[in-house]
This record gives sequence, C-alpha cells and structure tokens, in this order.
Amino acid sequence: MQWANAIVQGVILGGLYALLAAGLSLMFGVMRLVNLAHGALAIVAAYMGMVLVNKTGIPPFATLLIVVPVMALVGWVLQRTLLNTALNRQALAPILVTFGLAVILQNLMLELFTADNQSIDVGSLAGASIQITPDIAVGVFPLITFVVGVFVIAALQLYLAKTTTGRAMRATSDDREAAQLMGIDHRHIYALATAIAVGLVGLAGVFLGVRTQFNPTFGDVTLIFAFEAVIIGGLGSLWGTLWGGIILGVAQVVGAQAFPSSGVLLGHIVFLLVLAFRPTGLFPKVVNG
Amino acid sequence: MKFGRKTQIAAALGAVTLGLTACSGGSINNNTTPSASGGSASGAVAGTVKIGFVSPQTGPLAPFGESDTFVINYMKDYFSKNPLMIGGKSYGVDIIVKDAQSDSAKAGQAAADLINNDGVDIVMAAGTPDIVNPVADACEANNTPCITDNAPWQPYVLRGKDGIKSTFKWTYHFFWGLEDVAATFQDFWGQVPTNKKVGGLFPNDPDGQAWSGNLPTMVGANGYTINFPPLYPNGTQDFSAQISSFKQNNDEILTGVPIPPDFTTFWKQAKQQGYNPKIASVGKALLFPSSVDALGDLGNNLSTEVWWHPSWPTKSSLTGITPKQLCDQYETTTGKQWTQPIGYVEALFEVAANALTTSGSTDKANLVKTLSTLSTDTIVGHVQWSPTAGPTSPTPNVAKTPLAGGQWRLTNGGAHKYELVLTSNAVATSEGLNIPLGGKEEALP
Repeated sequence: MQWANAIVQGVILGGLYALLAAGLSLMFGVMRLVNLAHGALAIVAAYMGMVLVNKTGIPPFATLLIVVPVMALVGWVLQRTLLNTALNRQALAPILVTFGLAVILQNLMLELFTADNQSIDVGSLAGASIQITPDIAVGVFPLITFVVGVFVIAALQLYLAKTTTGRAMRATSDDREAAQLMGIDHRHIYALATAIAVGLVGLAGVFLGVRTQFNPTFGDVTLIFAFEAVIIGGLGSLWGTLWGGIILGVAQVVGAQAFPSSGVLLGHIVFLLVLAFRPTGLFPKVVNG
Repeated sequence: MKFGRKTQIAAALGAVTLGLTACSGGSINNNTTPSASGGSASGAVAGTVKIGFVSPQTGPLAPFGESDTFVINYMKDYFSKNPLMIGGKSYGVDIIVKDAQSDSAKAGQAAADLINNDGVDIVMAAGTPDIVNPVADACEANNTPCITDNAPWQPYVLRGKDGIKSTFKWTYHFFWGLEDVAATFQDFWGQVPTNKKVGGLFPNDPDGQAWSGNLPTMVGANGYTINFPPLYPNGTQDFSAQISSFKQNNDEILTGVPIPPDFTTFWKQAKQQGYNPKIASVGKALLFPSSVDALGDLGNNLSTEVWWHPSWPTKSSLTGITPKQLCDQYETTTGKQWTQPIGYVEALFEVAANALTTSGSTDKANLVKTLSTLSTDTIVGHVQWSPTAGPTSPTPNVAKTPLAGGQWRLTNGGAHKYELVLTSNAVATSEGLNIPLGGKEEALP
C-alpha cells in the first residue's frame, strides 16, 4: 500500500510541476525562448498574492482574479520592451536578458520583503484531506493544484488548436518569416504568448505560495523541476509537459519510498536518461522550423 | 563601508591600522566615559579601534542576519557617546560590516578583506557554521583575533581538515552544543506521555549529519529510540516516504533540523496524510517567528530550542540594557517581532569591548591572550573561556552559553500571531542561569 500511496502522491505532485512548467513550455514552444526568470516571476506572484490576502483580507483564491491579469500585463510589457529586442540578436541574448531579470527581481524582492519566509494562509484547507483507502489520503489543496494543472494544460492546448490567434501562434512558431508574409505581426503574437505564459506563472506562483513557504530566492529551486518537466515531456508539447511533470513527480516520490535519501536524485536521473536517449523528449510535438 | 565618525586624528588612524598600540599598560579601566554629547569633540580621543563584522544579510541564511542592522546601529550610537577606555586612553569604535551573502567562500573573503584592506583590530561573525567557520579560518590565517557565535560549537571545533578536532590560536567562539539540544528536547518529551518512539527528519547537510550522527546516542540512554529514514536532500518537494515510515513506526515524537520551506511542506503533508505526533521539537526551521507565522494555524504548540528570549534574567555588561528592553526597542524601531540573534550579536560587542579594555591595548597577540581566559556576563549569559576544559568551556576557544526550550503558541489576537513560550529551562538551570518558565509543554492537537 505504501507503493500505491507513493504513486498517488507522485502523480499529484506532478500536477504542481505541470502547472509551474506550463508557461515555460509555452514560451519555449512559440519563441524558442528559455525564460530563466520564470522562477523569480512565480515568487513575485506569490508575494503579490500574500500582500493582497494580508492587506485586503480577500480569500486566497480570489487574489488570482487580480494576480493573473497583472502578471499577464507584466508579461506583455516585458515581451514588447525587452524580449522582442533581445530575440532579434544572437541566440544567447534572450537567455542573458531573462537571467539578468531574475537577479534584479530577486534583489528587489529582498529589498521590499526581506528574506523572511512567507506563506499564503488558506486556514484549515492547508491540512484538509480526503481519505481514499485506509492507507491513502490525498490533501485537498494538492488535489486542487493537480486539477488546475490539468485544466490549464487542456485549455492552452484547445486555445492553440482551435482559435485564430492560437493558430497564428503555432504558425509563427513553425516559420516566423512565412507567418510574417501572411500578415501576422510576430511581435504581437510573441507579446501575447508571453502574456499568457507569465499570467500562468502568476497562477502557479500563488499555488506555490499556499503550498509551502517562499522567500525571494525560492524561485531557483522550483525552476529546475519545471525545466525538467518540460524537457522530459518534450520541448514545446503541452500535453508532454503534463506527462513530464507527472513522470518527474512519480520518479521523485516512488524513488524516495525506495531510497529515502535519493528521491530528488532519481527525478534528476530520469531527466538525464530522457536527455540521453530521447533528447526531443517523450512526447515531441514541435516541428523544427 | 561605513565610517561612523570622522573626527579622529589621521595619524592615530594610521597607527591603529598598523595594529600598533598607543600604550602597553594593562590596567583594567571602566570602559565608559560619562559624556553627555559625543565625547569625540574633546581632545581626549587617542584613536579608533576597528571592529569588523561578517554576517549573512542576503541569501537563504538572511533571517540570521536580519536584526544585525538594528544591533549595529544601536552599538554605533552607544560607542559614539561612550568611547572605549583602553590602557587609560579613550578610543572611538569604528564598526565595519560585510555581507557574507549566505556563502561560505564569500564569508572567508569578507574576513580577509576586513583584515588586509580595512585593517580591523578584531573580526566578529555570527550565523550558522557556514559563515562562522570560514571567517574563523581566515582569521587564523591572518593572525587576527576573531570572536564568533550563533553556531553550535561542535561543527566549529571540528572545522579542521577531515573533521579533525583542531586547536586554534586566534579564534574564539561562544554558543551551546548538540548535547544541550538533546537535553532540552528530552526535557520537552518528558513532560508529555508518549511511547518514546521518535521520528527524525534530518536533511543531508552539515546540521542534519551532525544531528543524525549524535542525537540517537544522546537520547538513547533515556529510552528514546530515533527512527530516521536516510537523510533527504534540501528542497525535497514530497515527504510521503518519511511520513509513511513515521506512521508505520508509530512515532509519537517528531524531531529534526529541516530548513523552513521543507518543514512547511512536510508538516502540511503530514497533516494531510494523517501523521499526528503528540509532540514535535524541531531545530532551525522554527527559530524565527516569520517561519512559524508562515505555517498558518498549523504552527501552534510546535517546540524548538531557545538560545535567547526577552525573559532572560540578564543585562548587557556594556550598555546595561535588559533583554526585554532590547527586544522592545527592536520591535519599535523595525516594526517586526524580536528574533533570537539580536541578543547574540549584542553579546559579541560586549565580549569584544571587554577584551579590549581588559587587555589594555589593541595589540593582537595581547588580545588573544586576554580572550583565552576572558569572562563576561553578557546579555545572553556568562561567557567564559578557559585554556583547560571545564564546565563552561568544553574545549579551549569555546565557551558555552545557556540553552532553553519553548513552544510557539497562537496569541489569538495579540501583538504577534505567535509568542514563544518557554517550557524548558533544565539546561540553563544546570549552568546556573535561572530562567523563568512561561508554561508547561503541551501536547499537539
């Protein structure tokens, strides 16, 4: 039963990783842009949620109505001002820009919020759980996180497949020049993609802030797992990212059940194995342009 | 770099930079000069002593250094009005602060920089072995006196190559040790009836290794058995394996030394998966009120070791301020709840000032000779080094300070979300400091 429990908890953890990785996956899929500020942005959102809860007393989930749009706007401005310019230079430029952005954001948060560990308080929900079998109990909040993670991935996938803008995004991703010839303004499409991605980071950040404690430098820890989820699943593939997150989560938790000291390590090993034998990921989707 | 006062004579500054002494007399003087408004204006100031201070003010260890700015401003203010009397002459005190950025290599560099570029007379450091050890090493290498605290003494003593116990010439440390934590935790555990089975949550870092290596034998004598799964890496996102092990073993007591975010992840998951120990005494993760606040209501009645508390029956040998007054002043100035490092950083200045005035000179060799037997009744308790091992000094260069234990209790509408209520004073009492208890250890819900 311990093993069944480990698998269930691993799948649920995978939902969190997928939620964290969705924005990363989208930005890479559309722009081939590796956003190293992803973790720092998630923490910015967590602080935003915390301040809103503490100052206005609105319920934690209601803060999403403010945090997500604000973060989306931040993403849009970011792409329009900084990243679009950087994307026109060498391949390394956008990575360096996002890295610099992460450093600046971390230090700004340190100035504003100090190094104190913070958390977004959800009251009794923090400890609430559903008993599935006598040996398996699933936390209500982690379950909500998982469901939201799956929903986000599904919604993004539908958006890219069914809407005109989504198609334009895929077209730009496949062949920017050809898309431009068809009258698609890639700068606008990119800004839109980043807006969605950063908005999703905002969503993930608030969930992260409820789940554990965070401080300005906490983003780095989470960034690595999000990256691994994206790469295991296959670059640019959204469903792949969900599977990648779940595989990583199960590898960590089941691994820890077998070797308690090596749970995180086994996650990394799975990631390295995928990189070594299937560099395009398990569920590759991208048509390389 | 911060230079508090510019009034010193340039020549004297140069002399002090070279570590020369203005006077070789050894008489002990009253270290304060009654002077209503900045004694520096008078011609009595013979020079300036420079004290370097290294602590983690940014990065993951920053909570340890959070109160430093307050304490240093408090000390600067004090020294500007009360120059130190060293060998019959009045000295201004210049405090130079360096941020170790929570990084061992940077901490060592900062200390070397203080010694070689700023020409400090004494180096001080505080806040975990990761900071204290490299600073002390740099001072040994550069023949400069060094006073440190805020790190258990075992990792400090074993900082030589390959963990060999080393002897040190220039560096002195004061704090409690793992044996005190073990005794305090057992004092908690004895107050609540349990099956004496303990679950251990130990990470794979220096603290986790030291605790998991020593705690089981230390508590074994009293019938407690610690069940701990192999050490997990910091940053683990899921603790189902540990929780199922603790549940299976029916561990009614929880202990460990996790970092705060990991403990939050663990504790929330433990509640969700139905692991409810009767008592949880956890080091490191529960030191700071901010970490406990972040647990929401789940932090109630968690217990932790307490190095220092406003109810300590002590006062500063330098400024005369009591722990309560110092904490109140901190809360008024910063608007934040008091933290334990406040007292220990203030105590560093007490010890340094005492060493300087007792030694009667700023000569470095003279200073370490003074430190080797120095006795100071500080705001954190009695600090006494001794060249031979004794009750206050388990090994030369280390002085032990009292430890107590407490439980975080929800105040339900008080000034802070949680208050730290003292529930164990056994160790401190055995060391001669009578700390009033705030209550009895209560079982977890």
